[in-house]
Amino acid sequence: MATTISRSEPARTGGNLMLMATAVMAIILALAPVAGIYPVFVMKALCFALFACAFNLLLGFGGLLSFGHSMFLGTAGYVCAYAAKSWGLTPELAILLGTIAAAALGTLVGALAIRRQGIYFAMITLAVAQMMYFFYLQTPFTHGEDGIQAVPRGRLFGLIDLTNPYAMYYTVLAIFLAAFLFIYRVIHSPFGQVLKAIRENEPRAISLGYDADRYKLIAFVLSATLAGLAGATKAIVFQLASLTDVHWTMSGEVVLMTLLGGMGTIFGPVVGAFVIIALESYLAGFGEWVTVITGTIFVVCVLAFRRGIVGELSAWWARTRN
Amino acid sequence: MQALFGQLLIGLINGAFYAMLSLGLAVIFGLLNIINFTHGAQYMMGAFIAWLLLNKVHIGDWQLGYWSALVIAPIVVGAVGVIIERTMLSRLYKLDHLYGLLLTFGLALVIQGLFRNEFGSSGLPYQIPSLLQGGVNLGFMFLPIYRAWVIVASLIVCLTTWYVIERTKLGSYLRAATENPALVQAFGINVPRMITLTFGFGVGLAALAGVMAAPIYQVNPLMGADLIIVVFAVVVIGGMGSIMGSILTGFGLGVVEGLTKYFYPEASNTVIFVVMVIVLMFRPAGLFGRER
Repeated sequence: MATTISRSEPARTGGNLMLMATAVMAIILALAPVAGIYPVFVMKALCFALFACAFNLLLGFGGLLSFGHSMFLGTAGYVCAYAAKSWGLTPELAILLGTIAAAALGTLVGALAIRRQGIYFAMITLAVAQMMYFFYLQTPFTHGEDGIQAVPRGRLFGLIDLTNPYAMYYTVLAIFLAAFLFIYRVIHSPFGQVLKAIRENEPRAISLGYDADRYKLIAFVLSATLAGLAGATKAIVFQLASLTDVHWTMSGEVVLMTLLGGMGTIFGPVVGAFVIIALESYLAGFGEWVTVITGTIFVVCVLAFRRGIVGELSAWWARTRN
Repeated sequence: MQALFGQLLIGLINGAFYAMLSLGLAVIFGLLNIINFTHGAQYMMGAFIAWLLLNKVHIGDWQLGYWSALVIAPIVVGAVGVIIERTMLSRLYKLDHLYGLLLTFGLALVIQGLFRNEFGSSGLPYQIPSLLQGGVNLGFMFLPIYRAWVIVASLIVCLTTWYVIERTKLGSYLRAATENPALVQAFGINVPRMITLTFGFGVGLAALAGVMAAPIYQVNPLMGADLIIVVFAVVVIGGMGSIMGSILTGFGLGVVEGLTKYFYPEASNTVIFVVMVIVLMFRPAGLFGRER
């Protein structure tokens, strides 16, 4: 079955242009705290942007819709928080350990989920994630509803004190940019091209001799690992790992960020994450209306705005240049 | 022994709801090729309509109780479903099926959010109708009449649905349209209208389940949200190819869950997902499904 989700890849955007845009994004983010933008807000948005970019690697370029990505975010968060708090590991080791945990979980779930396609794939990932949610709800080390609180930020490499907000901010920014460039590299590698070929026409890719399942599994594990990196970083930033991060609403949120920003585009998930996080903190006082508005954005995006913000912009850019 | 039979009964009740909901999902999926994420929200709407009819609507001295809700709620929710299908879902048929999933997910968030704004998130009690109150002592256990009624009624609903789809002319049109809609349309059957009515029917089934659930579980805006994920797992286990398969899987998994509650309560939340993982390892198409 050919999956035709999102062909909104900008029409042959030059590599130089992308690198320039990345550099501009890096400079803006580096200057944000100096310009007086609340660093905690940007750090939160960056963690979610990384989460959404990881998700987009799977959906936008592999055509696989996972509805359970919260399990990787949450698992890494729990492992990282536990390692930092109970074992007293330095933050970089705790983050590494959390990321590895997400990668291991991703390998298991991926091997299982790629046995089915399309809608079944989405339902399987959702169900496995719900199982993990109940597991974390009941197992003692997560402290159930309370979560792991007061996680120490510690000293990066034993040297840099992360309780300093600027040190924390630039650490998060460095992690985000490194992961972002890594994803960019993966997408433009031969591996990324084969992945796109499988997305467009799986039987044909198989007939050309590519082991589609292996490619899909690798993409799934990569995506889970990067989502884990986001979750582990988030646990250090907010000094908290809680059930919110493993709940299915979180999986829905990352789908929304990617859809709104533009799936299958490089910058879309970043834009989507910033918009949604800004919206949520702006609407924090309105209670349940947040859910209604989130749902409405979903509906509008699917019905009228399938290319997302970045996808529409690049389509407009391509039109005006011709 | 008492406790074991008690848990088995609860398992059968849960199974009845799994069966009715997965049946609706399977019927909708067969014709529309979408997974209806709003199904849980529509089940919840059914329960709320029953609650509203009982508590807010009076015609003179006469109250609209449980029995009228069994008819009114599926019709109202089914009508809402028809509107959703006509105005939104029908625009997506030419696109990837995943967009249908995303759209219905968004709609579920909107509906649940609106109900939480209106009714809060604590559960509202719903009284068992007077005719079905009380229970029978079977010697080995006490059987509340309402629970027996739910099992029997849902069995009747499921088997009727099975009969209509597998054994009547209408059902044969439906099955033919599932196989090849273009050809069926060429024979002069109005397939788009059939799709709309099928969606309305599947959604109505969810609302009916909601009305029946109201006296057992509390009426709560989020009552369908977690349930629907379990039902998805049920659907993956059964495979959506067969109507009877959905019914059997639904009841069977309810019983498995009930037994787990008795023998190893810690795992009762996760047992269905574990079964799903095992089934996927050995029979990826599901117990009753076929590989496409």
